[in-house]
Amino acid sequence: MSDLPKNSNELIEKIDYNPSKKGWMDVPVEIRKGMYCYASNPKSVEYIGLPNARPWNPLDDDWKLPVNWKEIVHNAFKERLDRFRSFKVFMDICVRCGACADKCHFFIGTGDPKNMPVLRAELLRSVYRNDFTTAGKIFGKVAGARELTMDVLKEWWYYFFQCTECRRCSVFCPYGIDTAEITIMAREIFNLLGLNIDWIATPTANCYRTGNHLGIQPHAFKEMIEFFVDDIEEKTGVVVEPSFNRKGADILFITPSGDVFADPGTYTAMGYLMLFHYLKEQGLNVTWSTYASEGGNFGFFTSHELMKRLNAKMYAEAKRLGVKWILGGECGHMWRVINQYMDTMNGPADFLEDPVSPITGTKFENAKSTKMVHISEFTADLIYHGKLKLDKSRNDNLKVTFHDSCNTSRGMGMFDEPRYIINNVCNHFYEMPKNTIREQTFCCGSGSGLNAGEDMELRMCGGLPRANAVKYVHEKFGVNMLACVCAIDRAALPPLMDYWVPGVGVTGITEMVANALIMPGEKERTVNLRDEPLPGMEE
Amino acid sequence: MIKCMFSLTVVIILAVLAFVGAETAGFKAQFLFGIAIPYAALLIFVIGVLNRVIGWARSPVPFAIPSTCGQQKSLPWIKPANLDNPTTTGGVFGRMFLEVFLFRSLFRNTKTQLSEGPKISFNLEIFLWLAAIAFHASFFTVLARHLRLFTEPVPSVIQLLEKVDGMLQVGVPGILLSGFVLLAAVSYLLLRRIIEPQVNYISLTQDYFPLFLIIGIAASGILMRHIFKIDVIGAKQLAMGLVTFHPTIPEGIGGIFYVHVFFVSVLLAYFPFSKLMHMGGIFMSPTRNLPGNTRAVRHVNPWNYPVHTHTYEEYEEEFRGKMIEAGLPVEKE
Repeated sequence: MSDLPKNSNELIEKIDYNPSKKGWMDVPVEIRKGMYCYASNPKSVEYIGLPNARPWNPLDDDWKLPVNWKEIVHNAFKERLDRFRSFKVFMDICVRCGACADKCHFFIGTGDPKNMPVLRAELLRSVYRNDFTTAGKIFGKVAGARELTMDVLKEWWYYFFQCTECRRCSVFCPYGIDTAEITIMAREIFNLLGLNIDWIATPTANCYRTGNHLGIQPHAFKEMIEFFVDDIEEKTGVVVEPSFNRKGADILFITPSGDVFADPGTYTAMGYLMLFHYLKEQGLNVTWSTYASEGGNFGFFTSHELMKRLNAKMYAEAKRLGVKWILGGECGHMWRVINQYMDTMNGPADFLEDPVSPITGTKFENAKSTKMVHISEFTADLIYHGKLKLDKSRNDNLKVTFHDSCNTSRGMGMFDEPRYIINNVCNHFYEMPKNTIREQTFCCGSGSGLNAGEDMELRMCGGLPRANAVKYVHEKFGVNMLACVCAIDRAALPPLMDYWVPGVGVTGITEMVANALIMPGEKERTVNLRDEPLPGMEE
Repeated sequence: MIKCMFSLTVVIILAVLAFVGAETAGFKAQFLFGIAIPYAALLIFVIGVLNRVIGWARSPVPFAIPSTCGQQKSLPWIKPANLDNPTTTGGVFGRMFLEVFLFRSLFRNTKTQLSEGPKISFNLEIFLWLAAIAFHASFFTVLARHLRLFTEPVPSVIQLLEKVDGMLQVGVPGILLSGFVLLAAVSYLLLRRIIEPQVNYISLTQDYFPLFLIIGIAASGILMRHIFKIDVIGAKQLAMGLVTFHPTIPEGIGGIFYVHVFFVSVLLAYFPFSKLMHMGGIFMSPTRNLPGNTRAVRHVNPWNYPVHTHTYEEYEEEFRGKMIEAGLPVEKE
């Protein structure tokens, strides 16, 4: 753990938006405890076959790089300029208007000028000008160019692991310059030098081997879900019967493993089990997989190639099991990958059928090529067609607000489906201020693999704008529950709330659905999935 | 501040060079600043811009990564945001139109403030958008108006534009709004860059240079029209000579005219090597010019290559014993 001040006001007092008098190129990077993640474990790096696996420490002077590291960076930079128009155009056209500057949650929460998206990109652009542009080669520093040195590389590393690839800046940029894209390239380059962080490298290695980030082996995965089955029976009297790796199922269900592992995600996982059981009678034939037991994709935070390698399991497993289509659980970056990358990387999924809801007959036209539907799209459709018997009052103890996850917002545009569900399963829903929701939503501060323990100060700083908007509705309407559709949110938001807005819990949407769902054959429900008494059932 | 002063100094030197040259060195200098440099600049501009755009076009777009700034098209009863998250070509055109002509994204701009509480608030910040729109629209108007110098007879559209531009009907010759709006907008953008600490911090020499250059262009233009009152007929003769490829240097147009033309030439030649290329770049930005139908229509990556994966067979091989024990189905017993 870092030395995070216990009193959150101390963190606020540190924020100073006035940049130093010195030019930014003359301010050397200081890698500060609490603001960075530990270096990758060499075993993990080795397992996935990435270069330069060795123990190293970001605080050391010597990062144990290959001797020709500058050449590696230069060539990798060039290769990416040639392969990605986005990268090339974004290196060239920024006018430094500054519209993005105060849109970044890390800038708002730290005041560090190098967290302004424009300056984060300039860290790379300055070297780009030096290495690849005529003006930069001739005029050097006058043209904003600088040579790549060890200090520059360290500065890159520090600040490109202070970006969560949330894309909020790209919404405001008049040219749509997307810092996520620039961060992705920078991190690809780091990986060629062996400069990943362990919170990303080890989950990817785990996922490659066991099928999920947490390294849960098949038998344990099954046991964990069966534990939920017992829990559900205890609370509802209904015995749900999930199946695993089952050929002959119509639908493969894939969700982030985080929800199998830790509260409050586990309640959302129970929600899926209950929903599927409820729909079984009506013709839903779904299976889980232990091989493709991860929706998330930390490969996305490593390189395009590793993203593809991890994502490949989804289609491979769907093909092996012979299902018709894939249903995906609540997750953020998982859905950016599915929505904008999967079909291109690992498609065409011509061995699958166009997704149709077996309950309502709705054709999911928007997913007809990828063949993968979001659980919120699926559930909203069920509710719209009156297929779920719901008792909203069971969620009357909740005053709910909704956090749009970065990736389902700015990499997908899923805004109204979750809201429609929330409004149908609870009576008290309040929106946060409009500059902090939908496409302008603020990141939890822990996305893109930064939700480690050692960088807690960074996470609390980055999460400040989100937390502050929750605080507003907490104080104004008494909001006590923050709903979300992302497993990283469910892991990252509880400590964020405890720090900035104590008294606000975190829930997945499907947990609320399951609490409101009137199951056939259920006993009198007295507690919700968290074992808290339902409204009116308090002793 | 050094970067700002440096840019200003360069622009002043350029002005002095052209003025003194044209006023003292006679025909040779006038030929240089009035004919040779403008032709060369135009050539550099055209080749440079083409080169840059072709360079961008050479890099493929491997993934469809639009920034989805509105509701997706999913279920039929949910209203999609056709312009902020378009799924059709028409929708993309609409989005691009709003971006290119109305600066839609910049219009969203707000100013974030942290106050006691702590309370983060988002306040109206329309001035950057306003100045940007005013700057680009007036610059375009000024450019279009200049066509009267390059055409004979002058098209009625241009005459109409000039009439609208001069609707204030103040002074002789009449004040044309666009020039003054341009000067005001560009001055605002410059002052903002100098005064706002964060914008100042990110600014480079190449951010100040074109601003000073454009201020120089606008100012020299206004001076020519209203103060020095240069020989317009001579100016038109020179301009017509340039476009008809029969360049001539008429007598006595005055040094200020050559300063103006030299500034424009420098801007043209500088354009392809600078951030001014954003004009072309906006059209090629993959976060804006692609439809958000990425799950409905497959986007093809031309360099998609096969990768190593951990296959199910390898997975079962490692865990078969445990899987059988847990009652999980396996391919090979």
